[in-house]
Amino acid sequence: MARMLAWEDVKQAYRRSAIGPFWITASMAVQIAAMGVVFGIIFHTPLFEYLPFLASSIILWSLISATVTEGCMAFINAEGMIKQLDLPLHVHTLRVVLRNLFTLAHNIVIIPLVFLVLGHPIGWQVLLLIPGAVVVLANLSWIVIVLGMVSARYRDIPQTVAAAMTIVYFITPVMWQPKLVPDAQAHWLLGLNPFYHLLQLLRLPFLSTLPTLENWALSAGFAVVGWAITVMVFKKFGKQIAYWV
Amino acid sequence: MAHIKFESVGVEFPIFNANGRSLTSRLLEAATGGRLDKDPDGRVMVRALQGLDFEINEGQRIGLIGHNGAGKSTLLRVLSRVYKPQVGSADIAGNVTSLIDIALGINPEATGRENVFIRGALLGLSKQELSDKFDEIVEFSELGDFIEMPVRTYSSGMHLRLAFAVSTVVRPEILLMDEWLSVGDESFKHKAEERLTNMMDTAKILVIASHSRDLLEKTCTRALWLEHGQVKMDAPVHEVTKAYFGS
Repeated sequence: MARMLAWEDVKQAYRRSAIGPFWITASMAVQIAAMGVVFGIIFHTPLFEYLPFLASSIILWSLISATVTEGCMAFINAEGMIKQLDLPLHVHTLRVVLRNLFTLAHNIVIIPLVFLVLGHPIGWQVLLLIPGAVVVLANLSWIVIVLGMVSARYRDIPQTVAAAMTIVYFITPVMWQPKLVPDAQAHWLLGLNPFYHLLQLLRLPFLSTLPTLENWALSAGFAVVGWAITVMVFKKFGKQIAYWV
Repeated sequence: MAHIKFESVGVEFPIFNANGRSLTSRLLEAATGGRLDKDPDGRVMVRALQGLDFEINEGQRIGLIGHNGAGKSTLLRVLSRVYKPQVGSADIAGNVTSLIDIALGINPEATGRENVFIRGALLGLSKQELSDKFDEIVEFSELGDFIEMPVRTYSSGMHLRLAFAVSTVVRPEILLMDEWLSVGDESFKHKAEERLTNMMDTAKILVIASHSRDLLEKTCTRALWLEHGQVKMDAPVHEVTKAYFGS
């Protein structure tokens, strides 16, 4: 059911448009090309090294950030259905996560393309993308449930989250490389940012690097703690959602 | 075995005025029926339903009457398991279909065919069942080749016929309706009525909210009169309509 609704959302983007969701892909490709050149110069990094980093970074970040932002509207947008059908509520949150995965499937084609054009190799490490994606999706799923609930109750949350995600975009090494942070500051600037670890899990496999144990442990821990909180909150307030939307 | 049992069921709506929700509309609701109340935290609550005690057995057809805001729609939502009561227990056994908004889920940009599957899935039908019934749905809706066109190109009559044709394919044990569904021109209306009657006959329990005395006396065996979220009268339909509408 959630898959069908998510697929409908994606199809909706194709309707009356020749290339549909590839618009996002196209605009992202242009953005990557432009930023690649400009920041490559500013950071004194050769394109051969910087562009693959930027391409994988921006595309995978957009999955995380769009899912979190849209997660706020998971229940609010489903008001009509929630108030009339006795569907399990996770249908609506799963729909958001799946929709963004489908969109990612469109965008991700840019990554091998960039690698191919630059002749940059992709190592066996790319296989680690699969467990990495599992951990990241486990995290995104609970975030969407919690934000969806809180947003249904307090309608200021979606805007707050959208604003916060813009800031997170700048403090997380999405367009700048993490190695630019001096070691002394790395701990509190990167280590404490859960989004940094999630992004590393998805990004490093493309760059022939293994995510560190810290990346894995903190991301997994974040998922466990997050789900524990989610289950508790949902048990207590899940029944209220129909009254809130 | 379809069965409904309510034990001192109460439903309260929290009102969150701090976050820009329309307080006035909720107040109007209160002025016309629900009761305003403050919970211990000082939040304003509208008591939509209060102390409902009743049991509905298989074979019963219930009519809901009462003024606007008396709690009929809220009660229908509790019966469809959307609102879980905060007080008391509502035990609803059997699969429920509500025909309150038959166009729910219909996407105007998608084709008629796609919408049959979307709407059908929301009603709990599997892809296989829908494929089997697809031709019947198209034939009944009289859409012909338009079924392959986006729904936004439909006239409002065609739109309704499609929604009606899909929504009446299900055969639930408990059927909930808000007023009689009346769709299409004269010839279609007749066909639709037949189909709706058939659907109600196969349902084991029917609950219909209506302001029409005719309809209630024709279709129901028993009626619940709601006032201010409470049951004012629960008796065979003729006794209730007599008291409500006046001899």
